[in-house]
Amino acid sequence: MIDALMAAQAVPTQPAATDYWSMLFVFVLATFIGLGVIRRVSRLLYTPLMSLTNAISAIAVVGSIVVAGADYPKMIRILGGVALFASMTNIVSGFLITDRMLKMFKKQ
Amino acid sequence: MIHALVQLAAILATALFIFSLHWMNDPKTARRGVVAGVVGMLVAVLATWIQPEIIHHGWIVLAIVAGFIVGVPLSLVPLTAVPQRTALSHAFGGLAAGLVGTAEYFLGLGEGGEQLTAFRMSAIVAEVILGFLTFTGSLMATGKLQEIKWIPQRPVTYPGQNVVNIGVLVVAVALGVLVAAHPTEAWSARAFLGIGGLALLFGVLLIIPIGGADMPTVISILNSYAGLSAVAIGFKINNKLLVTAGALDGSSGLILSIIMCRAMNRSFTNVLFGAFGTVQKAKAVGEQKAWKQETVEGAAQLLEQASSVVVIPGYGMAVAQAQHKVRELYDQLTKRGITVKFAIHPVAGRMPGHMNVLLAEADIPYTALVEMEEINPEMPQCDVALVIGANDVVNPAARYAKDSPIYGMPIIDADKARTVLAIKRSKKPGFAGIDNELYVQDNTWMLFGDAKAVIGDLVKQLAGGSGMH
Repeated sequence: MIDALMAAQAVPTQPAATDYWSMLFVFVLATFIGLGVIRRVSRLLYTPLMSLTNAISAIAVVGSIVVAGADYPKMIRILGGVALFASMTNIVSGFLITDRMLKMFKKQ
Repeated sequence: MIHALVQLAAILATALFIFSLHWMNDPKTARRGVVAGVVGMLVAVLATWIQPEIIHHGWIVLAIVAGFIVGVPLSLVPLTAVPQRTALSHAFGGLAAGLVGTAEYFLGLGEGGEQLTAFRMSAIVAEVILGFLTFTGSLMATGKLQEIKWIPQRPVTYPGQNVVNIGVLVVAVALGVLVAAHPTEAWSARAFLGIGGLALLFGVLLIIPIGGADMPTVISILNSYAGLSAVAIGFKINNKLLVTAGALDGSSGLILSIIMCRAMNRSFTNVLFGAFGTVQKAKAVGEQKAWKQETVEGAAQLLEQASSVVVIPGYGMAVAQAQHKVRELYDQLTKRGITVKFAIHPVAGRMPGHMNVLLAEADIPYTALVEMEEINPEMPQCDVALVIGANDVVNPAARYAKDSPIYGMPIIDADKARTVLAIKRSKKPGFAGIDNELYVQDNTWMLFGDAKAVIGDLVKQLAGGSGMH
């Protein structure tokens, strides 16, 4: 039953066990990609970079959507709703302010 | 069917996020990065939302609308307030992770606890500790940056501080291990709440001893924590998209904190536990040299006669909101054929890249903004170094004074310029509480006052002067 919580993978035929190793594998690879990509980011843009990554990491919103929207006890859904609100605030303000700052960088 | 669709959406969103960050490598393509990020986010949210087990749509709509109501004004803050907005957004990220973790634990408990395996419990505990410490830590940082009255600006230290701080964290982690091993005992739920409480407390304790000069590093570290807490959620709910996006954010925060630490010649532990910015013990007052004050007329003349000027901005420029006046000065000087460059120290300001954003706001072309390593070899050929509200990043003591808290920190070689003009708000020492001998050098002239007002006067002087020709 808790498999319903397993967000993207929630399909009845899926085995309940989380594949720990493949998750760790993804984490390590993604970290290397992150280090490689971020290293090349223009030093001029560190402030917008931070607001952009902040908006992207608010992807935690998909976890909150499940907690807030599935058939769970009310208290649980309230926690999920507050979390969803917090992530949503980051997504909206993060992307908007990043774009606002980037618009200002002009060559001449 | 939906399962495949959801998986495809996750892969697409991951790719878009990576491209989004990749395009940040050049200001020319950077705005494309925002579009990619927004599309990736939309795809991920919609793919989650359409899943059949989501039934309470009203709640979701309500939370999303509330997110817009708060988020839009937060994106419109003045650019001088961007550091505190960033810290606040880390707080929101941490809060979300902490709450989701708490919800997951009690959900599992309510269902009998068979699903609370050791692996999942570890992920939940990591979510709660990282999430809640990021929440209160970032709120404290926001308060310090916003200069809220009841949060002390200067670092607060007391004997045994590090022992207390580390002790709190150790107890929280130990409780975490205990609860992860025994999630369903009679005491487990209470212990779990204890972990959350300790994490909240630790966040506050962690930031109390941190001063303004360390904020760029601390904001970067909190950024990294916020990303890692998202990774922990991903582990718990078996969602690779969350793990990937969180890892991208985590590595970004990590790289930025390493760059900031290097730019101050300090280690992570030293930033977090060193209480930088505590006022230096009174040094033996030997040769006390005096400032030489310059008039606006004299300074304008110096600038006019120069053929190359390097402007070195610091936090003082941000506080005075002087960037637009700086732009007018830039126009006046470039009109005369004078080369004007801006030397940007990595930790100038209160967050990474702070000065670049402010100068870009004032329409100064980014091609005129030069990194410290590039500008330093040129400094001996520079006629006038104009220091605007920067202090520690131009203090020559960093090169040799072994007892100075900033010893070893790379600095912009303003002292090597032929003439130095320094605009300073008051005669008090800078944030680190250290005297700056640049100000008493033979070739340095001081202009005291609010940066915006002083530069405004300089511009007036230059504009008036050119009219007389």
